[in-house]
Amino acid sequence: MRKTLEEVIQTWEPVIGLEIHTEITATRTKMFCGCQIAHGGEPNTRVCPVCLGMPGALPVPNEAAIEWTVLAGLATDCEIERVSQFHRKNYFYPDMPKNYQISQYDRPFCKDGHLTIEVDKEGLAQRLDRDLQAESYETRIGITRIHLEEDTGKMVHVGGSEGRIAGATHSLVDYNRAGTPLMELVSEPDIRTPEEARRFVQKLRLIWLTLGISDGNLENGSMRVDANISLRPRGATELGTRAEVKNMNSFKALHDAVAYEITRQAEVLEEGGRVVQETRHWDAGRKVTSSLRSKEEANDYRYFPEPDMVPFEFSEEFIAGVAARLPELPDARRRRFMSDYGLPASDATILTSDLELCAYYEAAAIGLDAELAKPLANLIVNDLVGALNTRSEELSESQVSPQAAAELVTLCDEGAISGKQAKEVFAEMVETGADPAAIIERKGLKQVSDSAELAGIIDGILAANPDKVEGYRAGKTGLMGFFVGQVMRQTGGQANPQVVNELLGERLGGERLGA
Amino acid sequence: MALTQEEVRHVALLARLKLADEQVATLQTELNSILGHIDQISQLDLAGVEPMVHAIPLVNSTREDVPVPGLDHERALANAPQRASDAILIPRIIGPEADA
Amino acid sequence: MMDARELLFLPATGISALVTSRELSAREVVDAACANIDACDERVHAFNQRSQDLAYTAADALDAKLAAGATPGDGLPDSGLVGAPVAFKDNMNLLGTRTTCSSRILSNYESVYDCTAVRRLLDAGTLPLGKLNMDEFAFGSSTENSAFGPTHNPWDLQRVPGGSSGGSAAAVAAGMASITLGSDTGGSIRQPGACCGVVALKPTYGRVSRYGCVAFASSLDQIGPFAHTVRDAALALRAIAGKDAFDATSVDTPVPDYTQALGADTAGLRVAVATDFLELDGVDPEVKAAVLDAAERLDALGAEVGECALPSTQYGLSAYYIVAPAEASGNLARFDGIRYGLRAEDATDVLDLYMRSRAEGFGPETIRRVMIGTYALSAGYYDAYYAQAQKARTVIKADFDRVFADFDLILAPTAPTPAFKLGEKTADPLSMYLSDVFTIPVNLAGNTGLHLPTKLSSAGLPLGVQLIANHFDEANIFRAAAALEADYRFDHRSVAGL
Repeated sequence: MRKTLEEVIQTWEPVIGLEIHTEITATRTKMFCGCQIAHGGEPNTRVCPVCLGMPGALPVPNEAAIEWTVLAGLATDCEIERVSQFHRKNYFYPDMPKNYQISQYDRPFCKDGHLTIEVDKEGLAQRLDRDLQAESYETRIGITRIHLEEDTGKMVHVGGSEGRIAGATHSLVDYNRAGTPLMELVSEPDIRTPEEARRFVQKLRLIWLTLGISDGNLENGSMRVDANISLRPRGATELGTRAEVKNMNSFKALHDAVAYEITRQAEVLEEGGRVVQETRHWDAGRKVTSSLRSKEEANDYRYFPEPDMVPFEFSEEFIAGVAARLPELPDARRRRFMSDYGLPASDATILTSDLELCAYYEAAAIGLDAELAKPLANLIVNDLVGALNTRSEELSESQVSPQAAAELVTLCDEGAISGKQAKEVFAEMVETGADPAAIIERKGLKQVSDSAELAGIIDGILAANPDKVEGYRAGKTGLMGFFVGQVMRQTGGQANPQVVNELLGERLGGERLGA
Repeated sequence: MALTQEEVRHVALLARLKLADEQVATLQTELNSILGHIDQISQLDLAGVEPMVHAIPLVNSTREDVPVPGLDHERALANAPQRASDAILIPRIIGPEADA
Repeated sequence: MMDARELLFLPATGISALVTSRELSAREVVDAACANIDACDERVHAFNQRSQDLAYTAADALDAKLAAGATPGDGLPDSGLVGAPVAFKDNMNLLGTRTTCSSRILSNYESVYDCTAVRRLLDAGTLPLGKLNMDEFAFGSSTENSAFGPTHNPWDLQRVPGGSSGGSAAAVAAGMASITLGSDTGGSIRQPGACCGVVALKPTYGRVSRYGCVAFASSLDQIGPFAHTVRDAALALRAIAGKDAFDATSVDTPVPDYTQALGADTAGLRVAVATDFLELDGVDPEVKAAVLDAAERLDALGAEVGECALPSTQYGLSAYYIVAPAEASGNLARFDGIRYGLRAEDATDVLDLYMRSRAEGFGPETIRRVMIGTYALSAGYYDAYYAQAQKARTVIKADFDRVFADFDLILAPTAPTPAFKLGEKTADPLSMYLSDVFTIPVNLAGNTGLHLPTKLSSAGLPLGVQLIANHFDEANIFRAAAALEADYRFDHRSVAGL
């Protein structure tokens, strides 16, 4: 019986490094030619002699793609290399027109960066070396390098099962994607748990989206994650043999694949076997990783400097110019939400980990009293997000405008409606998208807080029940409920209870009720 | 450095060249005579010398991110040995190729 | 009007003058060129493919403009080459022609775009006659490594035209075109120029765009012209040179009007004779004598003639036979039978398709070069070979820099011997490689070199000299070459073999 992850980590320490490929979708054209970038489209319609590897064609690097990569490096605290260049990585594959990939080798554009991730309570269970009582923990993951290369074309494998390469009789090649700028980030083996792996990629994706460098879509492959996983006995320092796991196209798949591979390797090792250094394929359906390789043949990529291009020398001015394009990054934004809006860390994290939600909150918060920032966050983080989940709606589809949300919070604060009524109003806002004031009006939910109006009603009731007034004054304070009930009946339940209590108190002999 | 026949076969696989046994033998002789001459370069003491990729002092040669018309679909596939409508048809992928 | 052969031995500028003055129509030029090709090429085999349809189309368009009153600079390019018949080495793409690189693997490959240099020469008003034979993928010095059979030297059909641009040199020598383009990676323009007795220029690396010329060694390749006269070569370079947005290694230093240098006097021009080249074993005495004779003539013409040594260039051949095959092994990987070119029959899988398409499609020398290059880059050998060769380039260039600190030009032999016999060196690759020992260092250092024919050997074969200049100093080469040309009056009409 295979052990669970929690059991495995009692004896083994997982060591995980990630390689993350991101298609730069922010450029208009491909990495080395002027063909336009887009997903889909008729096969082989966005191609030219360069990206088809036609005889005599030459690559010319896209300056925008290089600037985006430098920006990505600056956003992840990387060193930007002052001198860098492209290399050729030589291997034959049908989706790679030149049978070498123009990539970078010993002189990448960016190196030695890092990212700090926050893992919350459920993630704690996967680590022994952390305070399990803590609410969450932060950990810093090193970034070895970020380099730029060209993407390959796409193949459709025909004749096999569900389009897999194994068992296929032939394949069809489409080069539309060939030459798309592809940024590869390599992390240090600083990751210890499946949850950390997931958080790292989520954080990275959020940064890419904040920069606008890519659509960061894991499902369609704009972002591709490979995980290098090995185990070592707790306390050991040298690394064990690693396996590389591919084909995780969602955050859940990444988490589950890493967790599976850890338990698989533990089983192999505990049965006295050895982990084979190989590439394994995550099968999301069967929830297992399986070996991709018929036999393990060491690759010999024969890297050498790309002679069709000249080196790059980045001046301080150039780097400063790119740095000037840096927007507010997620960490800074989260700190600002805590300091400027006075939000608790949990709310700030939720609001800033989704760009749409973040923009929604800021739009709603404009011109709102400072003390309402928190109630607004509660409304959005709890009620709105909750409603979206139950209706499985995107925020963009929601009928509740930021202004309407802010208005509801304000009305509630002014006492125009009670908190209970607010929930009722919000439910209808979600349904109809109507303005809160209008809903309150139509439902006649308006709360009567006007003391003069209430005083009149109360005096009438006291005059009509002199005996009860007597009884109360004689000490039957329980009669207070009767008076309040009368007021509520006459006001259709809309009297502001607080005001009613105060007025009755004054008239029935000044004693503060409940005193 | 003299090439063994085993190395000749390995290099031929890297270069994706199918060699007949007699070719392997001939190439072994020819390559070793050429390498014999080339090896004199190892006599040069080049410690501390910068390797040269290009003779001309040119850096930062890039292009603007501006679309340029590509190849019309038919012309792009005009030379394709085997087509399936709008894609290029190739045989199945197995062995080392499936590992790439 | 003069006969076809006579016409084609006029300089391109001469033909252009007749056409633009309308004494001769462009169509008549194409007629004459085709007549010469019909008469000679069966024996010479310079052409892989003829494109007279393209030539006549261009000629008729030109004649129409002339009829409408257009003149050079006014409706016509002011190139000095309007109406000149031209042809291109078969590694340069031209829409409407195949680009085969004289290889089986590309024997049916139809160009899908135009090579920049080809396009620029045609935009100068020239008429394209076809594509010229070469050593397969430019691997060779005799044009015997062609899948379509060798080209013969017009001066002696039993001899090679040199290579790899043998067809380009032979076509001009035989009067089948007045200007042709070739490519030079280690001497592939200058050495055939020497064998065939025509003016042949390898420009500075980066001077001419490589876009559309099938790459051999990307850091060494350069396109250049063959012509009967120095002026024709200068005008051809002016037409094709300059920055190209499609070649990141092309340089945007302005292109001077090289004709200014023609006829300028050579007084004070500092010329260094590469004496250590002359002392090398295997240098034919007549080749050596030709260089020394040219030195004397330059001295008599007022140049300051001295001597220089290029000690590191002795390692040029080794460095070249590492760098060039290494880059070629990558550049030729794309010929795999997938997207274009020869595809092996009934391949069982992609690996089988690769292995057999390439083995069946490549000739023996191509297989040798790809093997050497792959080996030199493979794990464990990179530092000993490729890295070491790149460092050797640095010290070789330093040799040239030292000389050019004191001199404007280096005078050297182009090849160790005049044209050798067909089959003489095919058995021994290494002896073939030695044909380029004097041209290779120039490519490694990125400099420019020109072969100028000066006289005939006792055996009636062309002799000449190589003039080498620093980066982007083609003007000084033209200046000295034009002076020597006027002094020698080499008679290319006396081409004996035909």
